Amino acid sequence: MSSKLAKIEKRTAYLLILPSVLLVFSIILFPIFSNIWISFKNVELKDLRIPEPRAKKLVKSIKDNPNQIKIIYKLRNSSLTQEITNVKFKDRYPDNIEPTNLDKRCEFKQKLLQCELGNWPKKYRENLEIVFQNTNNQEISKKELKSYKPKLSGKSQNILLTYEFTLNNFKKVIKDKAFIDLLSTTFYYTFFGTIGAIVFGILAAQMVNQKFFGRTFMRSVLLFPYVAPVVALAYTWELLLDPTSGTLNNLLINYQIIDGPINLLGQKYVTLNILGFDFKLRLALTTVIIFEIWRYFPLAFLFILARLQAVPKELYEAADVDGANPIQKFLNITLPQILAVISILFMIRFIWNFNKFEDIFLLTGGASGTRTLPINVYQQGFSIGDIGMGSAVSIVIVVFLLIFMFIYFKLLGKRADEN
Amino acid sequence: MKIKNILTYCFISSLFLFTLICIWKILVTLQGIELTNFNFNKLFIFGIILCAINLLIGKKLNLNIKIILLALLFSIFDYFISINLPIWYSLGIFLISLFFFNNIKNYDKNFLSKNHSSQNLFFNFLTLFGITLFSFVILFPFYMMLVTSFKTQALLLLNPLDFSINFVQGLPELFKSYFVVFKDYNFGRYMLTSTIVSLGTVIITLIFAIPAAYAVARLNFFGKNFLSTSILIIYLFPAIVLVIPLYTIFSQLGLRNSIEGLLIVYTATTLPVAIYMLQGYFKSIPKELEEAGIIDGQNWLGIIFKIILPLSLPAISSVALYVFMIAWNEFLFSLMFLDRPNTFTLSRAIQFLNVGAETPRQYLMAGSVVVTLPILIIFVYFEKYLVSGLTAGSVKG
Repeated sequence: MSSKLAKIEKRTAYLLILPSVLLVFSIILFPIFSNIWISFKNVELKDLRIPEPRAKKLVKSIKDNPNQIKIIYKLRNSSLTQEITNVKFKDRYPDNIEPTNLDKRCEFKQKLLQCELGNWPKKYRENLEIVFQNTNNQEISKKELKSYKPKLSGKSQNILLTYEFTLNNFKKVIKDKAFIDLLSTTFYYTFFGTIGAIVFGILAAQMVNQKFFGRTFMRSVLLFPYVAPVVALAYTWELLLDPTSGTLNNLLINYQIIDGPINLLGQKYVTLNILGFDFKLRLALTTVIIFEIWRYFPLAFLFILARLQAVPKELYEAADVDGANPIQKFLNITLPQILAVISILFMIRFIWNFNKFEDIFLLTGGASGTRTLPINVYQQGFSIGDIGMGSAVSIVIVVFLLIFMFIYFKLLGKRADEN
Repeated sequence: MKIKNILTYCFISSLFLFTLICIWKILVTLQGIELTNFNFNKLFIFGIILCAINLLIGKKLNLNIKIILLALLFSIFDYFISINLPIWYSLGIFLISLFFFNNIKNYDKNFLSKNHSSQNLFFNFLTLFGITLFSFVILFPFYMMLVTSFKTQALLLLNPLDFSINFVQGLPELFKSYFVVFKDYNFGRYMLTSTIVSLGTVIITLIFAIPAAYAVARLNFFGKNFLSTSILIIYLFPAIVLVIPLYTIFSQLGLRNSIEGLLIVYTATTLPVAIYMLQGYFKSIPKELEEAGIIDGQNWLGIIFKIILPLSLPAISSVALYVFMIAWNEFLFSLMFLDRPNTFTLSRAIQFLNVGAETPRQYLMAGSVVVTLPILIIFVYFEKYLVSGLTAGSVKG
């Protein structure tokens, strides 16, 4: 009896999860695996169009002979790269005409012309000319002739489904001189973006954890950058930071803090002189990181605040009795309590910043030294149009991701053991 | 010890006052009023003097009279060192200094001689500093977005710092950018598309996620643990690694430039988090309720509809709002999949505005307000639900 129930339970469970599993499998897992497939292929954006045989029909009357008419079919292979095999051609005609010179490949039967045009190599072009004679001395209607459209069909290899593989994409990715730079930019962006967001998150949480007037409103306001659409925010920042008409530069010039405008998003390096040493700061990258911190510290804030509110008040009261000062209280009570949250937060934010695409894309488009791995996927795949290369870069991202996830789940497991 | 405390107190509080004044001055400058100097030296030193006076008076005077007196002194001083400024500027200064002196009114010599008083002081001010600076830094871009949409390109070229809103010109002139954005740039249509896509995503996601989450939370089946860990792993995979294969597949299937294609992708990408959030909540519902349902002769569907759903409405609303937010704000897929203006979502349309011909900035900002405002209103209104959704789902972002 119970085993029967268990069986029903099992069947119900599979039924309930099946739709979700299928959808997630086809839209998330399958693409991740097909990335591997595509990355070993030499595919470009233009190859994605499936090659088609095409025909343009021209109707021309023949001089001094109203009883005959010439039809020219301009045939071509739409693809510049692939051949089409087994092309078949079909067209219809009015009742009162029949062909005088028929191509060997064609056959005319009951108003219907059918041709077997064989294989067309890439860029193939041909003009098929047929002269028609009318059978009942009535005028041949050009209009009627033109109203019929030829139908063509053919088989072509879908380049994505062939078994030709190449290692060139990965060779290009790794041998590229810019690859090291790309990696360092990505890690620089990820690391400082994450650390910054967490530091500001701790500061904000520490503040809002105290009671003051308008505290709930403050909490909402702090989350605004995180919930608002990135497109709107990125363009607002772009306008604010614009070197000529941007508000920030104009304000700074107005208050005589700087002499001339600074192109915060368009300048790769800026040289800073600190204590007599010259530092080269990556200006555009720093600006993008600041935007990143501005947008994502609310999240860190939310997490840390939730943890702070769970810290028992007795701990602080005991510390007061012991005569601890605020810094000691923060270092010895607050920090250890939120350390676990911070480490989890660090891993999650690290993974997400590593994959961040929209923010940089909208602010700089990857120019002025802000090209990270995700931006490179887009540029290779869609700006240059090399889908294979784009996929290869995606694979690099996935490999890094798997490493991070391994560390993350190790960390999670360790924390679960401790509790 | 005491001198050190007094010095830190004067220094920090004067700095705080100065920061407040700076923010006020920046806001005033952005109203097109000519103001080119923060007067750091004079204001800072005068601030220190006033703080010291505040300390000396202590509680000898009625506190309210004390703060009004000090604030008046400060405003008059500021009035004399800055020239030709409107009266509302000075009024603002007065209110700010009133707020400031109200905050420090309780400090006197006794307080400063206590243990750790300088550190306590520092932390108190850090909170104040933080709240002011954080709200300013966060709200400033939103404020600029809004006021830019009420200006015109010509006026902004004339004076790039004048963002004052001219109410005299009448409402149709004031909201001109919005009329243009909706009429000439077709934003009404994009807004409709965005709404349909977001609501559609929410509904389809819930239809898929609720049964799956129930199965993961309650039923025993082979591969359950594997499934619940893979949900999290799948969730951590970003859109950027899916974009190329999905683009190639969708191009060949003819699903690009269609709302259906977008709906499929959005649903699939939000499903893992929806299942993850819901199953956590379903686990917290007492099992006895369902057992009672089974005794009453309900089948699984009846249990889900009659027992689980009514009990987990708060969790479902969080998930729905969170998914709505993700779908409304989504940019990457709409950029890749939509290139015909008749299928654009709002995000894609704004990007199109920016990339296309030189669109005047007020239209761009009006469009940004149009896309931002609904989500902010929803957020403030349903804050409780969304915050719990964010905390649960915020492994993604």
